[in-house]
Amino acid sequence: MPLDSHIPGGPLTEKWERHQFELKLVNPANKRRHDIIVVGTGLAGASAAATLGELGYNVLSFCMQDSPRRAHSIAAQGGINAAKNYQNDGDSAFRLFYDTIKGGDYRAREANVYRLAQISTHIIDQCVAQGVPFAREYGGVLSNRSFGGAQVSRTFYARGQTGQQLLLGAYGALMRQVQTGKVQLFPRHEMLDLVVVDGHARGIITRNLVTGELKSWAADAVVMASGGYGNVFYLSTNAKASNVTATWRAHKRGAFFANPCYTQIHPTCIPVSGGYQAKLTLMSESLRNDGRVWVPKQGGDHRRPEDIPETDRDYYLERRYPSFGNLVPRDVASRAAKAACDEGLGVGSSGRAVFLDFASAIERDGAEVIRHKYGNLFDMYKEITAENPYAEPMRIYPAVHYTMGGLWVDYNLMSNLPGLFVLGEANFSDHGANRLGASALMQGLADGYFVIPYTLGGYLANARLKPVTTDADAFKEAQGAASARINRLLAVRGKRTVDDFHRELGLLMWDHCGMSRNKTGLLHAKERVAQIREEFWQNLTVTGSDGEFNQVLEKAGRVSDYMEFAETMIMDALARDESCGGHFREEHQTEEGEALRDDVNFAHVSAWEYTGESPPVQHKEPLEFDNVSLAQRSYK
Amino acid sequence: MNAEGMMSVTLKVWRQKNTSEKGAFATYEFSNVFPQMSFLEMLDVLNEELMLKGDEPIAFDSDCREGICGMCGLVINGVAHGPGKGTTTCQLYMRDFKDGDKIYVEPWRAQAFPVIKDLCVDRSAFDRIVQVGGYTSVNTGSAPDGNSILISQEKAEEAMDAAACIGCGACVASCKNASAMLFVAAKVKHLNILPQGQPERRERTSSMVRAMQSEGFGNCTNEYECEAVCPKEISVSNISFLNREFIRCMITNTGLSPLVTQE
Repeated sequence: MPLDSHIPGGPLTEKWERHQFELKLVNPANKRRHDIIVVGTGLAGASAAATLGELGYNVLSFCMQDSPRRAHSIAAQGGINAAKNYQNDGDSAFRLFYDTIKGGDYRAREANVYRLAQISTHIIDQCVAQGVPFAREYGGVLSNRSFGGAQVSRTFYARGQTGQQLLLGAYGALMRQVQTGKVQLFPRHEMLDLVVVDGHARGIITRNLVTGELKSWAADAVVMASGGYGNVFYLSTNAKASNVTATWRAHKRGAFFANPCYTQIHPTCIPVSGGYQAKLTLMSESLRNDGRVWVPKQGGDHRRPEDIPETDRDYYLERRYPSFGNLVPRDVASRAAKAACDEGLGVGSSGRAVFLDFASAIERDGAEVIRHKYGNLFDMYKEITAENPYAEPMRIYPAVHYTMGGLWVDYNLMSNLPGLFVLGEANFSDHGANRLGASALMQGLADGYFVIPYTLGGYLANARLKPVTTDADAFKEAQGAASARINRLLAVRGKRTVDDFHRELGLLMWDHCGMSRNKTGLLHAKERVAQIREEFWQNLTVTGSDGEFNQVLEKAGRVSDYMEFAETMIMDALARDESCGGHFREEHQTEEGEALRDDVNFAHVSAWEYTGESPPVQHKEPLEFDNVSLAQRSYK
Repeated sequence: MNAEGMMSVTLKVWRQKNTSEKGAFATYEFSNVFPQMSFLEMLDVLNEELMLKGDEPIAFDSDCREGICGMCGLVINGVAHGPGKGTTTCQLYMRDFKDGDKIYVEPWRAQAFPVIKDLCVDRSAFDRIVQVGGYTSVNTGSAPDGNSILISQEKAEEAMDAAACIGCGACVASCKNASAMLFVAAKVKHLNILPQGQPERRERTSSMVRAMQSEGFGNCTNEYECEAVCPKEISVSNISFLNREFIRCMITNTGLSPLVTQE
């Protein structure tokens, strides 16, 4: 099947406006006749459900948490980018577009990214109107900071809780629509399957997590905003329940999975403390604005950090990248930390950490200024490690944080399955091979507030959908399959716990399909994943039953999907025989150890088609660059 | 402590099969506790052991495990979110306990938060309170430029202090009246002091307060327990603000019956 991205014609800067005009509109009176399912209530899902409700559609909003406000977007700390150029420092939609394309290592679509940059300014306006308490200057205007590799100050923030405040804004808008009756809310419901009727996505199967009841839901379109797959690594900064299930099961119903090998490793996380560790904690990389990264020059230097003189310290980012210093992109900073630790220069009891030191900043600005900027992050660090970062440097190590891959979508954010739209981290669209800091919140809200309201209308106005109810055979088949899968999990009655399997899978993926990869390791991992999966289905133990609140069963379902997904992820990493952004193949690096792209052979989106028992089939969508010239990234 | 530095604790955990059945404390002697473990990691490890014995693990809610999503919440030795100050349950570490401690673990207890299973409760009452007014009514697309609304840094910080509420419900769980005043007050304060919140100021206040009452939360009698356990250290001064706002509503809005919020 050829992949048509449906990118509108015309100059880059005019595509979206032209497309908005060309998309057919749904008559206001007809909108109320359309039922729309929205899965997920993070920034993308909540903003989509709220906005579609405002427009008059009947929205069914599902989330697996006990309240829509708890979706994992809430944990984003640092900020949200927008090309407002309030700082008069040379920002523009084109510069944000350029930075995003370059930051993504030229593996994203120009048209999508430009639209994102254009829309970014409206997002800020919308959020301010909702009462999001962004940081302000003394004169009352919005404050900005420079963030993660950007040379302009375009990041808006609300203390260290930007994701929380933006999500509460979207949640408020969503709850307002619940009050009007335009949105029906179904918390503690997990999507277990997508239902496809006559080639169109027409509904979903859910499990009520409190009662265990399986239920079919029919609609005219399904909007999925179910987040990323970072927990395939077991340890990540994702929330415990974040999972690939919704997207993976849609994939098994025909939606292509694009670029699953693109995962982002975040450089400023708190190091692992022991084998019982349940998850990793990220600290905003805004810390790198003032913190200086270093390791001792000599391995095995066990002096206290404050006792190590300047001459015995290696500020390796400042040394290797004099122009960007500690603000190099996330992938560069992460690999450099791993490289330092691999050389035996790591610090702390595990040796898997580097220092992030605020002594210079505190001396320059005073502790109060630093406290004002990063107080909550410093508190968090102290809570977790029992160490005081005002007095001694933090220890940091990279961790999986975000996944750029996701279900393939066209310019309209519609997957290759008509009627299935995918938003936010769940899709693959805008970040290429590496996401810039403060861009995830921007993309989630752009998709939900400003893209889907137009493109969904365009689809519905053209689709000529026949009425469908949950009595259709496709619903019965899908609900039956979901039930059979649950029964199969309960029937294994083996001797290993879900978490035990998940840990083994995660460690394997981290070692061989993590921050850096090579062919031998990937082939080994592929073989091992198949073995672990086989044992999973023979030796898993799931307590309790189906018809009740059963957290073990929930987890088992999610891990079973990771067991399948991991293999496709590895195959994508194998197929992409180049290095780009967050995907670092050790075979392809410059003499300085930087990622070496192969634009001749790999300037494409890799989209995988599920084919059942046989290996997935790869489809390629070529990427064309008419507005930027492809250059090797250099942060020297 | 044993040779590897591991602690032993006795856990008294509330077990309850579902909303309708009665619950009771179960006792677990648990000796594989590292001081660096978080409290919830300790429960994870205990659950692994229970499952391997074929027993049902203890159900408890958590998600982000970094104190921001508001999903977790246990009453530990009678204190909502346990002994840590300004932290959620997931931010509590075993180093805050001593070897040999007896630790009672219970769910949030309030009429408006029915137990779902073991330590998990239903907090959807909070959503229904927000639903009637915890927002500004601005449809997507109709917002003016962000900088056309000037807000002093002081005001923005004050709003942020209140907006930091994570909706965990510890305020309710700690209050002898199971009052949700701190939760409601924080949202009302956040929006009512900002220029964006002015058009709906009175309506928001009265609607949210009434929704709070109809959900079965009790009244505030100035116990200050809510502030003491709040993981975001939301101040009870917000409750005074809410009371003033509500009195303004009564004075300026005919048809509103008086409301007792303080004894």
